[in-house]
Amino acid sequence: MPVISIDNLVKTFGRIRALDGLDLRVEAGEVHGFLGPNGSGKSTTIRILLGLLRRDSGEARVLGADPWRDAVRLHRRLAYVPGDVSLWPNLSGGEAIDLLGELRGGLDRRRRDELLQRFDLDPTRGCRTYSKGNRQKVAIVAAFSSNVELYVLDEPTSGLDPLMEAVFQDEVRRIKQAGATVLLSSHVLAEVEALCDRLSIIREGRTVESGSLTELRHLTRTTVIVETARPVTGLDALPGVHDVHEVDGRTHLEVEPAHLDELLGQLVRFGVRALTSTPPTLEQLFLRHYGDEHVSADDPAPARAQRAGAR
Amino acid sequence: MTALTGTRRLARLVLRRDRIRLAIWVLGTPLLGYALAGSVAGIYPDEAARQGYATTSASSLVARAFNGPIAGTDVGAVVVAETYVTLALIVALLSTFAVTRHTRQNEETGRAELVGASVVGRYAPLTAALLVVVAANVAAAALLAVALAGAGLPLAGSLAAAGAVGGVGVACTGVAAVTAQVSVTSRGANALAGAVVGLSFVLRAAGDVLGDTSADGTRVESAWPSWLSPLGWGNQVRAFGGERWWVLALPVALLLAAVALAYALAERRDQGAGLIAPRRKAATAATWLLSPAGLAWRMQRGALLGWAVGIAVLGVSMGVAADEFNAMIEQNPAAAEAINAMGGGADLLDAYLAAMLGLFALTIGAYVVQALLRVRGDEADGVLEAALATAVSRTRWLGTQVLAAALGAFALLLLAGLTTGLGYGLVTGDPLGEAIALGGAALLRLPALLVVAGVVTALFGLLPRRSVVLSWTALLVFLLLGQLGAVLELPQAALNLSPYTHVPSVPAVDPAVLPLVVLTTVAALLLVTGAAAFRHRDVPS
Repeated sequence: MPVISIDNLVKTFGRIRALDGLDLRVEAGEVHGFLGPNGSGKSTTIRILLGLLRRDSGEARVLGADPWRDAVRLHRRLAYVPGDVSLWPNLSGGEAIDLLGELRGGLDRRRRDELLQRFDLDPTRGCRTYSKGNRQKVAIVAAFSSNVELYVLDEPTSGLDPLMEAVFQDEVRRIKQAGATVLLSSHVLAEVEALCDRLSIIREGRTVESGSLTELRHLTRTTVIVETARPVTGLDALPGVHDVHEVDGRTHLEVEPAHLDELLGQLVRFGVRALTSTPPTLEQLFLRHYGDEHVSADDPAPARAQRAGAR
Repeated sequence: MTALTGTRRLARLVLRRDRIRLAIWVLGTPLLGYALAGSVAGIYPDEAARQGYATTSASSLVARAFNGPIAGTDVGAVVVAETYVTLALIVALLSTFAVTRHTRQNEETGRAELVGASVVGRYAPLTAALLVVVAANVAAAALLAVALAGAGLPLAGSLAAAGAVGGVGVACTGVAAVTAQVSVTSRGANALAGAVVGLSFVLRAAGDVLGDTSADGTRVESAWPSWLSPLGWGNQVRAFGGERWWVLALPVALLLAAVALAYALAERRDQGAGLIAPRRKAATAATWLLSPAGLAWRMQRGALLGWAVGIAVLGVSMGVAADEFNAMIEQNPAAAEAINAMGGGADLLDAYLAAMLGLFALTIGAYVVQALLRVRGDEADGVLEAALATAVSRTRWLGTQVLAAALGAFALLLLAGLTTGLGYGLVTGDPLGEAIALGGAALLRLPALLVVAGVVTALFGLLPRRSVVLSWTALLVFLLLGQLGAVLELPQAALNLSPYTHVPSVPAVDPAVLPLVVLTTVAALLLVTGAAAFRHRDVPS
């Protein structure tokens, strides 16, 4: 049974349709990346999963329960780090951690002290004097000091330095090893690449892709740079080949993975001297979904087909 | 590019952000002045009544401490004695909050950083805030002068009285400009400025109590401490009693000096920093803190302590004054009637005590509103989201806040009754007995406060975005109905809107059970409605 399952979720705020038929499935024990441009509905989805917002229609189950009706019971089994942490200004950081942990049903004191040290956080300072990064650390320490089944992390590392980012990744691996499930919303692609088993990309309140990173890579074009003895012709006529242009006597082009064979068949006729083929980077994958309309309008068919096949 | 570049643009931003607050301030103060002047003039219509009022006010130490020095028997002088301190305190707090809101609060939230990185001079944000707040004070004072003259008072005196009130606002603007540089938090800046206002109240009260009475017994010449107090300066203008116009230069001088100091401090400190360093705090939470109730106590205890001190001081003073009041009403039947309208009942002394307890109940209503609206503040900040993502239900969270506010109201009411009884008993010789009797009488007002809590809770559940404004408006309406309704002879149906109208006015009348049961039921219904609405709405919304 999936830990999180969302089907056709809709949420509107007045006339704005924040979620427009969103689907999401997170399996037990996986770290699931949750990606999408700003304003695409990630935080709204997470708030519905926490029972803070009420869904308009669609299905949402967390750990087999209804997040709205069973909010309190569920919250004992999950920990949450918001993207923009705000704390009680007159409590110290240590007091805020203890309070949040206790309200959730208790925390592991030894873990708490260890995490304070690892994240280099001074618990005696007042919450109002903390920078954004330090407030973020308070929420992270409070969440990771509790032993729960599900961690919901909404851009948890925004404001952390690279050293702390590494500590954070260590901690996520640790809780994963302990068998917990993680939903990780993030804009840090390196973090997603390093941690996530599977990911879902959403845009304008809908899921546009979902699958493992390898699966998603297949959906995107490979970049090919080729140097040939004679000038190459006839590439534009090939299926699945795009954006052909010459740079310093080399031919640059992009090709859909399914059409690599035809491309190579054509190229060998012109005497290949050098060839590099680069799989799509995660960044390209994102830009494709985050960015301009025309990329997705250009060739929606393979992406859609693959997505249906992905799972 | 100078240190003042962008001031005009920022001043327009302040005006835009505060257009509603400023309008209420600039129009509300004159309206309040007009209403108060009219009702006071009605209570003391002839020279004989005013003679009695003036001699009593001059001889009563409590009247001197709370109303300031009386300046003769002109009807305007009586109006000033009855209204000046109230209006001055309102203007003082409005000016303080406005300055802090547009200076330190912007630094605290980081908005100032965003603005400061653009083409804006170092002094521009402070200068823009000061310009608008001073302009608001001047405009409110000008309209107040028109209102007082319109109520039939002499023009010169009206100008002087309005100038005195406006002067307090201007002086406090200067004070707040400095405290905004000193404290890192806007709460702290307001608290510091509030402490200065409190200190000037005490200095003025001391100076006025220690002052000399004139030969005819209708005037008081304050002693030197009053001259150290910006609140006292307004009295020294002596509106309607031989105006001393030059005194109006004092608040202006204070403003200029304070602004110079504020600029000097701003020049020497970093953006976002203050002069008071933040303290180290506990690294781990005490066990009692680790629950919604513990957190509510931690959040409320500072405010509660401040309220307790203020109420205890006022309570003892009002109790002591009860005896002097006895002497005064023998001389002025009209005043007696006004008290009777507020307190109700046959025995005037009991009516006075009942009226005082009623006033306390209204004031404590402000505590209830402020305490409960913290939930809304937490929701707007995002703290509520973090709390509700834990294993605490919405009902428990809100219920704890309501319970904390209700317990606070209970404690403050009891304290008000005990201290009033203690003060009265000290004069009459039975402090313990009177304290117990009035303590019990005060607690009968609790159901009205529960209704206030119910109104705030219902608004928070149903109309969260409007709950702050609407809650304070509701309390203000209750206040106006209770204090001015009878004097202005409003219809009973209007008076019935306020829960305070329905509280039996003990000790002036016998306690009745039915109204208390009805009030408590209404409160329970409002609370349940609010909690149910909160359980079914989005957070944050």
